Amino acid sequence: MTRLAAFLDSDLAWSFRHSPVTVVAAIVAIISIVGAIGSPLFAPHDPFDLAKLDLLDAFAPPAWFDQGKAAFLLGTDDQGRDVFSTILYGTRISLAVGVASVVLSMALGTALGLLAGYVGGVLDAFIMRVADVQLSFPAILIALLINGLARIAWPDAAHAGIAFWVIVLSIGLSGWVQYARTVRGSTLVEARKEYVQAARVIGRHPLAIMFQHVLPNVTGPVLVIATIHLATAITTEATLSFLGVGMPPTTPSLGTLIRIGNDFLFSGEWWITVFPGVALVALVLSVNLLGDWLRDALNPRLR
Amino acid sequence: MKRTFSRIAFGALACVLVSAADAATLRFANQGDALSMDPHMHNEAVLLSLTGNVYESLTGRGRKFETTPELATDWKQTAPTVWRFNLRKGVKFHDGTPFTADDVIFSFERARGEGSDVKVYVSAIKEIRKVDAHAIDIVTTDPFLILPQTVSRWYVMSKSWCEKNNATRPADVRKGGENYATLRANGTGPFMLKSREPGVRTVFTANPDWWGKVEHNVTEAIFTPIGNDATRVAALVSGEIDMMDPLPLQDVPRVQSNPNLKVMQSPELRTIFLGMDQKRDELLHSNIKGRNPFKDVRVRRAFYQAIDIEAIRTRIMRGVSTPTGLMVAPDTQGFAPELNKRLPYDLEAAKKLMAEAGYPSGFEVGMNCPNDRYVNDSEICQAIAAMLAKIGVKVNLVAESKSLFFPKVIGRNVSFYLAGWTPASQDSHNALFAVMSTPGEGAQGQFNGGAYSNPRLDELTRKIGAENDTARRNAMIAEAFKIHQDDIGHIPLHQQPITWGMKKTVEMVQLPDNFLYMRWVMVK
Repeated sequence: MTRLAAFLDSDLAWSFRHSPVTVVAAIVAIISIVGAIGSPLFAPHDPFDLAKLDLLDAFAPPAWFDQGKAAFLLGTDDQGRDVFSTILYGTRISLAVGVASVVLSMALGTALGLLAGYVGGVLDAFIMRVADVQLSFPAILIALLINGLARIAWPDAAHAGIAFWVIVLSIGLSGWVQYARTVRGSTLVEARKEYVQAARVIGRHPLAIMFQHVLPNVTGPVLVIATIHLATAITTEATLSFLGVGMPPTTPSLGTLIRIGNDFLFSGEWWITVFPGVALVALVLSVNLLGDWLRDALNPRLR
Repeated sequence: MKRTFSRIAFGALACVLVSAADAATLRFANQGDALSMDPHMHNEAVLLSLTGNVYESLTGRGRKFETTPELATDWKQTAPTVWRFNLRKGVKFHDGTPFTADDVIFSFERARGEGSDVKVYVSAIKEIRKVDAHAIDIVTTDPFLILPQTVSRWYVMSKSWCEKNNATRPADVRKGGENYATLRANGTGPFMLKSREPGVRTVFTANPDWWGKVEHNVTEAIFTPIGNDATRVAALVSGEIDMMDPLPLQDVPRVQSNPNLKVMQSPELRTIFLGMDQKRDELLHSNIKGRNPFKDVRVRRAFYQAIDIEAIRTRIMRGVSTPTGLMVAPDTQGFAPELNKRLPYDLEAAKKLMAEAGYPSGFEVGMNCPNDRYVNDSEICQAIAAMLAKIGVKVNLVAESKSLFFPKVIGRNVSFYLAGWTPASQDSHNALFAVMSTPGEGAQGQFNGGAYSNPRLDELTRKIGAENDTARRNAMIAEAFKIHQDDIGHIPLHQQPITWGMKKTVEMVQLPDNFLYMRWVMVK
């Protein structure tokens, strides 16, 4: 209990309480995340259970319209899936893909960036040239390439279980460059500072210096990139799914749902895309705002 | 001096204005691109439609879809298996070389040779004999009544051009290769290929030296594939393009209500169907090992009866598809109306059949489906996956772009798939031969992705090709259809509508093959 009390008394908690925007963002993010994780509990239907879908329910408008059905609060999509339930289930997939691939990118990019910046020399040149080459291709192309290779390795990747990890791998490996470049830049600056020199002088192991001294001082920009990257990863997943190499269309993610709905935007069936779109914007925006706040709160120079 | 200059400038301006009024640019879009500009590389409507403006065949199609002379001026049967074709004189390829009988013979060898996907159009031909530079004798293996219609999708290429550019063989679509002819074209047709960027844009210009009577006013035509439905509609509404195919069914009312736009809709000859691998002893994509459930007709029947075609018609196809019990459309020669009945939609019967076949709790199967080829193709596949879930079949659906999808079907590396077929000759024989016959020599069963096989049907197909009497021929076609129906060789679904959205200022001819004939386009 004392630990909780100490946390509530800390500067971090104080700055959180005094930033209404952050509080709202946190509430929205928590609702999204809890709703997504607990989707089987909260969702009125299971849109991924194909046996329970009825095509005759398709294109029902939200419940408060004349032709709406009470069972489908936010209407149904072209396959008769309940939009509200699909948002919950789809957010779970999108969040899982997004978070897992961002963590992968972040870990890989940060480690390589630290190494490049701290060790320098040939290693630095090599890592950064690889990064340059990769940066000259669009991320989606890299993701497609990795996806293609993964599918040769596991030919049965059509199964949702493997498809998930293949996507995480392809998006994760395509996004590390920004992290590596940012971390390398900051590391170059930090490595010349006195505390690093001091650590060197007392003979600490280079890896310890990198990860214990330099890393905490370069995490600020990394967190900001990560929050933005989360949104990119979710949309990249939607694109991959459209190209037929992502999640199967029978288990749509939030991004896929928006893309499906996009086809019906002009024909008056706006609810298929608008509600999932609002859900995605709310999720991404709240995560971004939280990231912003975290960066400022952790920055000693702004205190 | 100054005045002279301004006169010249005025004159130049006037010229520009005048030519702008006469010259018309046609900008059109499709949901997908052709895989190549080589007319022998892939037997698919988008490719044949686009290249059909550049290349020509011995026979063509008229405004009423009748067979018309094209590179041949006339033809007659001189013996039961010999046809004399007189070739048009004075025709030049776009590179200026004259068109002769040698080009036809070269194109025949190319179309039936290695790597060709259009073997089906020349498979009845045994040999072509040159009579003189502008006359040939086509010899068929058996008497073949519908030869003139059948050769209309076999385009003639220039012998010298192909030899000069090392493109005497088409690149194999299954291997995804490329050669000179996949990106360039040299035909005799009313339009010339100006530039080609696969997946981005393809530009055609009118051929000033074309032999025929010009019935269009298009000087330049720009083709852009736009995959996303909403983007394609937005491009049409904003005036960025003049014509699009297909207009998404959900957007038909919106386009109709726009004062500047119109909708052209008519039934297509294409039949959409499901195929099942009936050859392998173990399916490529299934959890059943050691045996192939699709070899059991009861499983195929259960799949058939689990599909609620009315729900697909009313919901996904918005009421404009025509459910079918046959693999050919009503306007096809040999269509048998009395056989055009579907097995009833009956979930209980389907479950019972699955139990009898030894799969009371169903099984898992991978399904391949294009998502940019047919009207609402991926949506239909998703709906079918949901319908089959009700009889315990778990479908692992892979919906992908046609450039990935078609090589798998043509290579027969699929377990369960959705595809469509239009008999280009408008005759049932073509569907029987290419889709329902046992895969064999040459083009036989070339698009039979599940390798369905029944020797009696093969034999009938051979006889139908050689039969001259319409009544006997139709009786044999009906018998073959009945066999295919009883075997459930494929599961026919429906005929889709052709739906074009375009500006009111554009006049076009829409035929049931869904080809875009630029030679009849008038832009006001």
